[in-house]
Amino acid sequence: MNATYGTFTDADLEALQTICGEDRVIPRDRIGEDFSHDELSGIRRYPDVLIQATSAQQVSEVMKYAFSRRLPVTPRGAGTGLVGGSVAIHGGIMLDLSRMNRFLELDEENMTLTLEPGVLLMDVAKYVEPAGLFYPPDPGEKTATIGGNISTNAGGMRAVKYGVTRDYVRGLEVVLPDGEIVELGGKVVKNSSGYSLKDLIIGSEGTLGIITRATLRLLPLPKHRISLLVPFPDLPSAIRTVPQLVRSSAVPTAVEFMEREVILAAEEFLARKFPDNSADAYLLLTYDGAAKEEVDLAWHTAAEICLAAGALDVFISNTLERNESIWAARGAFLEAIKASTSEMDECDVVVPRKTVADFVQFSHALQRKHGIRLRSFGHAGDGNLHIYILRDDLAEDAWKTKLAAAFDDLYARAAELGGKVSGEHGIGYAKKPYLARVTGEAETRLMAGIKAAFDPCGLLNPGKLIPGCEQPPAVRQSERRVRKYRRSAEPPEGSRE
Amino acid sequence: MRITVCIKQVPGTSQVEIDPETGVLKRDGVESKMNPFDLYALETALRLKQRYGGRITVVSMGPPQAQAVIREAFMMGADRGFLLSDRKFGGADVLVTSYTLSQGVRAAGDFDLIICGKQTTDGDTAQVGAELAEFLGIPHIAGVCRIEGADSSSLTVVQDLPLHRLTAKIAMPCLITVEKDIYEPRLPSYKLMCATSDREIGVLTLADLADRDASHYGLNGSPTQVKRIFPPEKSDRQEKWDGPADALAERLFKYLDEHKFLQKLG
Repeated sequence: MNATYGTFTDADLEALQTICGEDRVIPRDRIGEDFSHDELSGIRRYPDVLIQATSAQQVSEVMKYAFSRRLPVTPRGAGTGLVGGSVAIHGGIMLDLSRMNRFLELDEENMTLTLEPGVLLMDVAKYVEPAGLFYPPDPGEKTATIGGNISTNAGGMRAVKYGVTRDYVRGLEVVLPDGEIVELGGKVVKNSSGYSLKDLIIGSEGTLGIITRATLRLLPLPKHRISLLVPFPDLPSAIRTVPQLVRSSAVPTAVEFMEREVILAAEEFLARKFPDNSADAYLLLTYDGAAKEEVDLAWHTAAEICLAAGALDVFISNTLERNESIWAARGAFLEAIKASTSEMDECDVVVPRKTVADFVQFSHALQRKHGIRLRSFGHAGDGNLHIYILRDDLAEDAWKTKLAAAFDDLYARAAELGGKVSGEHGIGYAKKPYLARVTGEAETRLMAGIKAAFDPCGLLNPGKLIPGCEQPPAVRQSERRVRKYRRSAEPPEGSRE
Repeated sequence: MRITVCIKQVPGTSQVEIDPETGVLKRDGVESKMNPFDLYALETALRLKQRYGGRITVVSMGPPQAQAVIREAFMMGADRGFLLSDRKFGGADVLVTSYTLSQGVRAAGDFDLIICGKQTTDGDTAQVGAELAEFLGIPHIAGVCRIEGADSSSLTVVQDLPLHRLTAKIAMPCLITVEKDIYEPRLPSYKLMCATSDREIGVLTLADLADRDASHYGLNGSPTQVKRIFPPEKSDRQEKWDGPADALAERLFKYLDEHKFLQKLG
């Protein structure tokens, strides 16, 4: 237990129940197992209390109380993360924001959507598309919350053409660790008014503040869309084609690569055949646009580039059913790989686009080097790769050793190529050592300084993201504040400094 | 094996409006595609050709723009294509459509096997396959979910019935309609698109058919008339309940019970 945090007591439970209502405050012994972990990282810990927040005001009151008692707080959306970001590794309060899931305003003139953080990604598209609008970020995990997407700056398949979550967040309402509610950004398109605190919050994985409302930027919905499934004799020839495609006059919306083994795993997992599994490697390209002629020209150009680069054929997916048959499998890759082994861990590096082929070949070679099975797929168009290392029937010790060795090699190689530790899943807890390894002293100092500026007591999502920032950085200051609350002997309601 | 596959062009989305006055689908400005169920028929034909060799002919009926689905069939691997297209065929009901197709299939040449999709996504009758077989005087099996194999004179198939599966041997020439998901349909190929772009599509008009009596075709030849067509009533009513889980569970149980969604066991 970390000595710098307050110990959660029955009195805390009662106080929080008074703030939020008894139904919304779930004591340790009634917390569901799901809340002790996320989707992958294997990191497990129950919080002392689970609070189902329903308003920013409530979040603020909870934070004020937590601040007064110096209780750690871990915000959580749908728990679909892969790096332990939403696991309460220091116990304390888990703030479940998934119930704050209302759409607040669709502003068609400003082309923005304002919503609460618990809205699921899959519901956003459904909400805006009838109005002819489009929220481009398209991470594979559609049951993630928007709050989680913002907190990890999630990327997704359409990043090649449209960018990532950060590019679509106009404004945020954020509750700071002391309970103060701030508005960052707004509906404006441009903004040169000081530090962009909004952009600091995006991708901060709940370590700086709690997002309680977001205003998202929308685009006109592209009316025409087509996907191409392009078989190649091998992966290197597939991936080598990508830079040409991205550089061509027609920018693809998505460029995914997939290998036969992963497709076969998805077929088995879904008990459904993929439209083609005869080739070793595939590129999956998507083109969209406002006019059919524009999209047609784009995909014809792409088809010619692919054939010239050695593609075996170019298959056309131009209807709902066909797209569904491809994207259902693509969407199931992660689960399918997971189902094919006993345990796995993933590496979500991003490397400069032209080095993708190099990196994928390097990762393949690790299978033989370390005697471990490895599967990968990913966003070839933006250099973000998902490499999964599979345990299969390895004994615990061998698994740990081999996994660590493979990770070391992967992250070291990515760094050599000018890559980054995480492209879109975040650092959380699991990837912290790898981030620490490549983050220089000055950069670490800046990150710690930013953390301290937002969260002087280190209460928010402690132990995550920031290299070497396990302990609250400004103990003295926080003790002074806590004493002040204690003197008043009142619940911290309204006692903001 | 000489296989003929019947295909149809249908609206590209399921959200097609129906003109409440005329009861006709509003097709203007709506993109179209090959009836999704026909993709399974075509894929079945392609698999049979892969295994037993032969030739695949697709036959469709519709306005000139329906040639697009025949082109698409070429892109999937069909060898020949015919479009029954004549103003005199317009307004045909299910029975006359089947009759017209039977004339067209004969005009398109000899066959050992005809494969149809289970139904279309716009008409939804699932009757054309059976009626076509009757007009041609050949045996047929509907709802085929698996092909066991073929010899020179017959085909062994598995029929998907509501409570059981029936394996049957059927003498060729014959007709089968196939279930969705019998095989995952392949995607159209760009290479085949380029290779077949100048392949001719045979257009069959009344003059090309054995029975040239115009009164047997189109609206006039149809014994049934659509009186009214309307979308089923839809309710978007939603209720949102909030409260403690136990109380919600109790309330949901009561609600389902009151609305007769629950059945007592034992």
